[in-house]
Amino acid sequence: MLGVLASIIDGVLVGLVYGLAAMGLTLIWGVMDVINLTHGTMIVAGMFGLYGLATALGAPPYLALPPVLIGGFLAGVALYWVAVHRMVGRPPLMSLLSTFSINLMLVGIGTGIWGTALFNVDVSLPGISMGRYTFPGAHILAAILAAVIAASLYVFLHRTRLGKAVRAVANNREAAELVGIPTTRVLAITVGFGVALAGVSGMLIGTLFPFTILSGDGYQLKSFVVTVLGGFGNPLGALMGGVALGLLEGAITPFVPVSWTLVIEFVLFVLVLIAFPGGVFSRRGAM
Amino acid sequence: MSLLRLTRRPFFWIIALVIASFVLVPWLGNDVQLRESLLLAALYITLASNLNLMLGYAGYINFGSIVFFGLGGYICVWLVNSYNWPLSASLITAGVCVSALALIFGLGILRLRGAFFALSTIGIVEAVEAFAENFTPWGGSAGVYLSSSIFAPLGGPARALWVLYFIMVGVMGASLYLSYAIKSSKFGLGLLAIGQNEDAAAILGVPTPFYKALVYSASAFLPAIAGGLYFFKSAFIQPSDAFDLSLSTEALVVAMLGGQGTVTGVALGAYLYEELRGYLLTSQTFSNFQLVIAGALLLLIVLFFPGGLMGFIYSRFPRTQKVLE
Repeated sequence: MLGVLASIIDGVLVGLVYGLAAMGLTLIWGVMDVINLTHGTMIVAGMFGLYGLATALGAPPYLALPPVLIGGFLAGVALYWVAVHRMVGRPPLMSLLSTFSINLMLVGIGTGIWGTALFNVDVSLPGISMGRYTFPGAHILAAILAAVIAASLYVFLHRTRLGKAVRAVANNREAAELVGIPTTRVLAITVGFGVALAGVSGMLIGTLFPFTILSGDGYQLKSFVVTVLGGFGNPLGALMGGVALGLLEGAITPFVPVSWTLVIEFVLFVLVLIAFPGGVFSRRGAM
Repeated sequence: MSLLRLTRRPFFWIIALVIASFVLVPWLGNDVQLRESLLLAALYITLASNLNLMLGYAGYINFGSIVFFGLGGYICVWLVNSYNWPLSASLITAGVCVSALALIFGLGILRLRGAFFALSTIGIVEAVEAFAENFTPWGGSAGVYLSSSIFAPLGGPARALWVLYFIMVGVMGASLYLSYAIKSSKFGLGLLAIGQNEDAAAILGVPTPFYKALVYSASAFLPAIAGGLYFFKSAFIQPSDAFDLSLSTEALVVAMLGGQGTVTGVALGAYLYEELRGYLLTSQTFSNFQLVIAGALLLLIVLFFPGGLMGFIYSRFPRTQKVLE
């Protein structure tokens, strides 16, 4: 029984990081109705950023956070100009295809360079013991960092001028344009933030689990599940959805083979979409 | 329009001509290399044409069309290997089973609209692959090997390869005629209406959930048979090959390249893509970057030529619209 409890607590810690990843997806989704199918690959890019800085250059793992954040932002702005800008306002299926094609290129280049070998970043932090169980320090620190970043995003969206502009564009792009908000620039910055969040959460996941260049698909699916649980375009809901998913994962891991986890999550995704088309934790005007 | 009346239209005979040249050219020349290349082209045409039923007609993106191909392959190989079924019966059973599964699944997940459906098709691939990896009769992640004696009923390996090729061309022809027949039917009109505006279509009396599930199921039948053929031919199947996402990606690229919603364009796109791919695979520099090129091609089409090849041909030669569907 204690084992299950420990597994659930650990699941919640990891779930916070999933929530952070899903915030990146849902931010872009909510502001411009674009589903970013490069999301999974950007998560993996964060992992490889961590690997490059920590293992190859020998820097302490958590020092990789600022460069990954900035790199992710720049990658996101570039993504906006290449694949998203011409798609805003067109049928959502077109942006699905355009981000999908960018994803293909990134995955192709990645497999060309790194192959599909398993990578691992060693993070040795003292854990916290509870009876016979020890919660790894990396999991705790990753959860804390995820919560801090999520809180700063919330403050950014609600307290700063630029954040308010982002929310205004999400509510009504034409009206925002009319009151003098440079909407195109705001959209580009939003994609930048969305991708930066994906990258940072990837970097944090990289401190927890080994990864390959193809790990992105699984984490992307988790982000979709979390987004659907939390309500589309609702960053705070995404964090709660992440915790819910983590709880679920922690509760089923002791009983079910690992390869079925994704299947269960996918079934959950479809069921939730059919039962709650607006998301479980959604509330109107959350952005 | 009844099926018989279709035979009076020139396009019917254009398809027949394509099938005839696929059969006759390699056979009369006894050209094995050409046959292998055309077999892949026929496979691409089959996958892309059936994907086009969803993508081009109903406007639903299916990222996971490979599931039909892989499941069909598994069912066929399993029946041949474990129960010694003849190939023909295994192929048809595979097609019927996968099509029925798609109908059941479709009635559920097609309640999701637009982008959500597209996302859930990604999940279906994960789910089915996980199933195949854990299902012991299908050999788990190691897969199933067929013994070489399976080719004996077809007259030995050399002759069997020709027989399999002819069946594949038959499947390709059936895919083209299916695309054409659906496009000329009331059913097809309903699908095109769904693609334009699903709410309006529903209000005008198109039974949208049923039509969507039906076309999803119809688009599963022939790819499942093609999968059975493909894996019977290679005498080996494992989850990572059967559910290789790059093949459904390529089918998507092909359909967009040729022009979604057209029969000719998709076939033409598949043929051209296969030729291009054959060239890229043989040149050393590009063989690692096949996905990169597919991605770049798709991006260019989506950004600049949403109508694909046929969109271009239609706008340059408007009269072709009357002949080429």
